[in-house]
Amino acid sequence: MKLYNISINNLKRRKGKMIFLVLGLLIGIAVIVTMLSITESMTLDIEERLDRFGANIVMVPKSENLALTYGGVNVGGISYEVKEFDEADLARIREIKDNRNLGAVAPKIMGAVEVSGRKVLLMGVDLEMELPLKTWWHLQGRSPENDSEVILGSEAARALGLDVGDSLNMNGRDFMVSAHLEPTGGPEDSIIIGDLHRVQNILGKEGRISMVEIAAFCRDCPIDEMVLQIAGQFPDAKVTALKQAVMSKMQSIELVKTFSYGIAALVIFIGSLLVFVSMMGSVNERTREIGIFRAIGFRRGHVMQIILLEAIVVGFIGGVGGFVSGTGLARIILPLVIPDSSSSGINMSMGAVAVALAVALSLLASIWPAHKGSRLDPSEALRAL
Amino acid sequence: MAAVNHEVEHLIEIRNIGKDYQSGDEMVPAIRQMDFAIDDGEFVTIMGHSGSGKSTLLSVLGGLNHPSRGKVFIDSLDLYDLSSEQRADFRSEYIGIIFQSFQLITYLTVLENVILPMAITGLKRKEKEQMAMDVLLKVGLASKADRLPDQLSGGEQERVAIARAIVNQPPILLADEPTGNLDSETASEVMELLTRLNREEGLTIIMVTHNPEISVYSNRTIRVQDGTCLEH
Repeated sequence: MKLYNISINNLKRRKGKMIFLVLGLLIGIAVIVTMLSITESMTLDIEERLDRFGANIVMVPKSENLALTYGGVNVGGISYEVKEFDEADLARIREIKDNRNLGAVAPKIMGAVEVSGRKVLLMGVDLEMELPLKTWWHLQGRSPENDSEVILGSEAARALGLDVGDSLNMNGRDFMVSAHLEPTGGPEDSIIIGDLHRVQNILGKEGRISMVEIAAFCRDCPIDEMVLQIAGQFPDAKVTALKQAVMSKMQSIELVKTFSYGIAALVIFIGSLLVFVSMMGSVNERTREIGIFRAIGFRRGHVMQIILLEAIVVGFIGGVGGFVSGTGLARIILPLVIPDSSSSGINMSMGAVAVALAVALSLLASIWPAHKGSRLDPSEALRAL
Repeated sequence: MAAVNHEVEHLIEIRNIGKDYQSGDEMVPAIRQMDFAIDDGEFVTIMGHSGSGKSTLLSVLGGLNHPSRGKVFIDSLDLYDLSSEQRADFRSEYIGIIFQSFQLITYLTVLENVILPMAITGLKRKEKEQMAMDVLLKVGLASKADRLPDQLSGGEQERVAIARAIVNQPPILLADEPTGNLDSETASEVMELLTRLNREEGLTIIMVTHNPEISVYSNRTIRVQDGTCLEH
């Protein structure tokens, strides 16, 4: 028999007390694990959505001209001397060092066309790339099924008097309106959107690209670095990071994180208080026993060891139990918070941290009770007999 | 260990000790003045009424209770010149204690209770178990090694307490009212066991009691009253 046998036997005997202590820690750790798991998944989910489906880098040809627009009012008339990219060069975007952080690359061609005697901006896009990027686009009608179908911005549809299913003629070619965009308040309200290659063709700009929107997965990705890398590949391009978008989404994630950490700290505090009070009570109850230990030759350190070993056992069981139930709880709650989220696997490092935290908490909260127990005067303790 | 005094001739020497307790604003003497010696192999009874200071004397002898004045020498060693931790080591090696009302650890089996004083020694598990079984055999409880204390009779629990006190083979055994909770038949069985340990193993026994009937088992009686020794 060693000192740990005494600790374990004591815990076994005082089952009620041990279950209470373990449960206290278990619930605390479970709450923390659940919250952190959900926050983690939410972070991933938000980032994934925003990053995969929202462009955060824009690449346009460099121009010596200054923009002649302010607040949405364009006083420059028709742009002149428009520079463009060669579509074949776009593959170079994927050759940058941090290319694994790249999501969608959505090229566009733009040009003015005349429809029913009015000038309209026509934009050719790769619909498969574009539609997932523009999560704020809501179609009334259906997506174009072939390159002779187009989508009309709400303002354009109104001005041209075209409904879904109507035909229109652009530069001598016939197209059909397959959908309207619901008003977005953005520039797409007043344009016509068609297939990239078809639009290149009718604008007479085969193989040309006006601008490229790029989505980067931004979980700690070096967005500034990526902008530089892309700019390095395209010396004639002006590459800009939409920092504001990145910053604001990071801020909202940070807010959720701060909230979770706050709750976690509170739970940790209550948990340690619980352990402290129980351990203190346990030491007081065991005055006589500690007196016996001291009388038969146990040193103070031995008494402390017995109490701290109990704390380690309780902490370990509470930590493992808390991690398992927290992970389970997160799996139940997660689909309610984030529909169609893919449940992440068991996060072993979080498990290790949870167990270490529970043991550390339990130990920390037991140091004073253990110290007090070890300082008991054996003759005083035995006088209580 | 410090404080060896070579002028000490006896195994145990109590030199002018006194012990006061704080009671409110007053200091109340539990031991006024005591002075005596005990030799190796003696079986001494310390007898007195309750409140006479006999239990305090026993705790002072056991290194558990620092006297307010005077010195306690055991095997030439000034007991209270040692640090509290050194005294713990000293108790572990030199002194076995039998407490009033057994004081067994209720969540440990009989065998584990007996092994308890060896839990802090470097002995191997097998050795500890063997030593504990040997002692249990000696007190006639080998067959109940796996029981819990509350599954035993009072006499059996007392014998477990004795086994626990002697398992480390200390030269000195202190016993505080060892028969206090036992009927007279069981009490005499326990006393015979103690006498046998004294005679056969040369164990020095100091026993505190208020019962004159059991003092007959010892070689010598020290009577205490109001914190002083009347005869020794």
